[in-house]
Amino acid sequence: MSRNKKVLTGTHFEMGNWACAEGAIAAGCNFVAGYPITPASEVANRLAARLPRVNGTFLQTEDEIGAICSAIGASWVGCKAMTVTSGPGISLMQENIGFAVATETPLVIIDVQRFGPSTGVPSVGLAADMVQVARGSHGDYQIIALSPESPQEMFDLTIRAFSLAEAYRVPVFLMADGFIGHMREQIVIPEEDRTKIKQRKIAEQSVSVLDRRDFLDVKVAPMPVFGLGLKAHVTSSCHDEHGMRNLSDPAVMHTYVMNPIKKIVNHRDDIVQVEDDCIDAEVALVSYGTVSRSARAAAGLARKNGLKVGTFRMLTCWPFPDKEIRQLAENVEYMLVLENNTGQMYPYIKAEAAHACRVSFLGPQTLGQIHDPEYILSHLNRR
Amino acid sequence: MTVSIHPLKKYTRSHITRTTTCPGCGIGIVSQAILRAIDELEFNMDDFVFVSGIGCSAWIPSPLYNTDTLHTTHGRPIAFATGVKLGLPNKNVMVISGDGDLAAIGGNHLIHAARRNINLTVILLNNGIYGMTGGQTAPTTPRGLTTITSPYGTMEHNFDITPMVVTAGASYAARWTTYHPRQMTRSIKKAIQKKGFALIEAMSQCPVQYGRVSKLGKAVDMLKDFKVNSVKINKARNMEPEALLGKIVIGEFVDIEKAELSEECMNLRRKMMEAM
Amino acid sequence: MVQTDLTIAGVGGQGSILAGVILGSAAVTNDGKYATQTQAYSSELRGGFAVTWVIIADEPVVFPRVTQPDILVAQAQDSITRFGDSVNPDGILIYDEDMVIEPPGYIKRIYKIPATSLARHEIQAPITANIVMLGALCKITGVVSRDALEKAIAMSVPRGKESLNRDAFNLGFEGVKAC
Repeated sequence: MSRNKKVLTGTHFEMGNWACAEGAIAAGCNFVAGYPITPASEVANRLAARLPRVNGTFLQTEDEIGAICSAIGASWVGCKAMTVTSGPGISLMQENIGFAVATETPLVIIDVQRFGPSTGVPSVGLAADMVQVARGSHGDYQIIALSPESPQEMFDLTIRAFSLAEAYRVPVFLMADGFIGHMREQIVIPEEDRTKIKQRKIAEQSVSVLDRRDFLDVKVAPMPVFGLGLKAHVTSSCHDEHGMRNLSDPAVMHTYVMNPIKKIVNHRDDIVQVEDDCIDAEVALVSYGTVSRSARAAAGLARKNGLKVGTFRMLTCWPFPDKEIRQLAENVEYMLVLENNTGQMYPYIKAEAAHACRVSFLGPQTLGQIHDPEYILSHLNRR
Repeated sequence: MTVSIHPLKKYTRSHITRTTTCPGCGIGIVSQAILRAIDELEFNMDDFVFVSGIGCSAWIPSPLYNTDTLHTTHGRPIAFATGVKLGLPNKNVMVISGDGDLAAIGGNHLIHAARRNINLTVILLNNGIYGMTGGQTAPTTPRGLTTITSPYGTMEHNFDITPMVVTAGASYAARWTTYHPRQMTRSIKKAIQKKGFALIEAMSQCPVQYGRVSKLGKAVDMLKDFKVNSVKINKARNMEPEALLGKIVIGEFVDIEKAELSEECMNLRRKMMEAM
Repeated sequence: MVQTDLTIAGVGGQGSILAGVILGSAAVTNDGKYATQTQAYSSELRGGFAVTWVIIADEPVVFPRVTQPDILVAQAQDSITRFGDSVNPDGILIYDEDMVIEPPGYIKRIYKIPATSLARHEIQAPITANIVMLGALCKITGVVSRDALEKAIAMSVPRGKESLNRDAFNLGFEGVKAC
């Protein structure tokens, strides 16, 4: 294996954070800005070494605000841009996550979640940011967030995150956690030509921005990337489809909020991925991320004990898989929601399922330590 | 009827027919100084990307200037511009914003960009107050001044921005007032051509807010005050600190050559790619 | 499915976690098996506790946590205190007899090796005690093949230190004894 290969094809035994960095390289990422933070640092550390070798740039910023802002700036000049952090960094980035939403900027944000609130325990994973990434910035908006369950998926879903970000001109989150970020497993990196990545559409030349539609197209407007003479007007203020500021027309204000939301909602079937292994099951264990592995192990144990238990995994947590959860609720008697937190996605799941089946929540015995399968089984037996 | 067209009109978006500034605001003088500098250097507007933050002066390039313009969040334009410059090292990237935006909420990005010596031209308009939000005290408000949020007089000391940015590592830094548009234009030209972080601190009058609370009066009175109270840096170096109280030190504070970040990044990429 | 759960524990600086990484790497890249490796350590870089958990299986690992290890490799008395109770009663303990004074009575199969003193006196490299332990583990359990482990060690150690570490591995492989 060549040290200087762009994509390190083959089988590796490495950390999830390593896989994430290599996924970014495989996706063609060429700009990453970040600030050191446990348990996400290994992603940035690796990219600092790797990016210059693939004609890319790594920037260590003064804080996470600087990181997301410079990544957004780089995206506007045509870079495939990414930032990587953990919960405290996401908290600092929130305002500018909203900027990326409002200006329809392709951006990948890696959140290697950790135990909180506050400084908490940096090295222990917790699915602590599931709601803050979707609802944490001010204003009304939709977001895309993907949840990997293994180092392999930290590679695969990082690539998918870039693909979705570029295709829909949106920020996309990868919701890893300290547990899989620091976990080593086999990681298979396919040949470069087998990695399919969507590219952003670029706006065409015109005399004025008034002759183009650069924003607010629910079918995704081509991006007026800087440096091409397109004279793009990009603003964080409310704007019309040309990007021109408008702080007086209620109809423009309505479209400014609604169309970026519709852009995601209308394409939700392309974005939402779930893994439904509940055929003939009476009980569905619903989960996402690392906990899915506890769920699968518990379902295996339960079936050995003659219980009809299946698993349902959300690879996409946002936009919320409402339709899929409703469908599942109609086919099972009981839904047990498993999360490594005190129930962040649970209210959303319950809202879609409670009309058709019984739904309850089970956190791990000890927060931060994903559920022991036996513990889930004992809960099912008590039911 | 003869139609006269402003010589700088060619640099603005044709459909933008009015600005958002109050009568007597210093923004017009600074904006013209910027466009004159570009004109005299014979640059095309497409050679530039403008980045601004939040506040009155952030609306200088957005929506007026007819090129790629990025109007960002409060305090962050330098951080955005850093990503723009690293991705487009061959374009001139200019940040235009106010003292509240760049020195208060965005102060950390300002000093770190200067430390990195990234090739940005930063035009910081300093009016000593928060104008857009209604006249609140700023980190640049002189001590003792009564504002809407310092009704008993500010008890805090104010930033001396240009020397701070020099200390942080800028390659070029100059301070002028709106009474000195020619000198300011010359400095902006040098700043654009400087390979490194360049700051122009433009002391600018806000008659509506600052003029009122300082009792300095209208725009013309404020410009007269700039004239009377400005001291050239060469002269100031030989003056006692007490004699400089209430004065505005103007001129070039630093003009040096040193390694610049976007070029260093480019060189690293080239070196690494060649090694492959 | 055949699955073996291991805990390798010591104090910071002994290389316990590296031993776990090498073990997993041997299983995945050389033996064609599946492995999952996780770790925990205290914040201080030297002297605090350090532990790695490794699961080796012939199918993909589903549940990635080790709650009841089949094998405990203990490089310090502290490792017994912290993790001794969790070991499967039918499991195996392999310990460094230079570092562990009191092995627990409740584990049936116990093996020992003076890993630190062998590494220090036989090859003048006490830093390789973790590799001595891997040699012992390989001999006793065969959880990965000797060939796979030797290759993984050679890949993981600094260039020029391959033969030293092979010697360390052999010291463990030959020197381990049942209690």
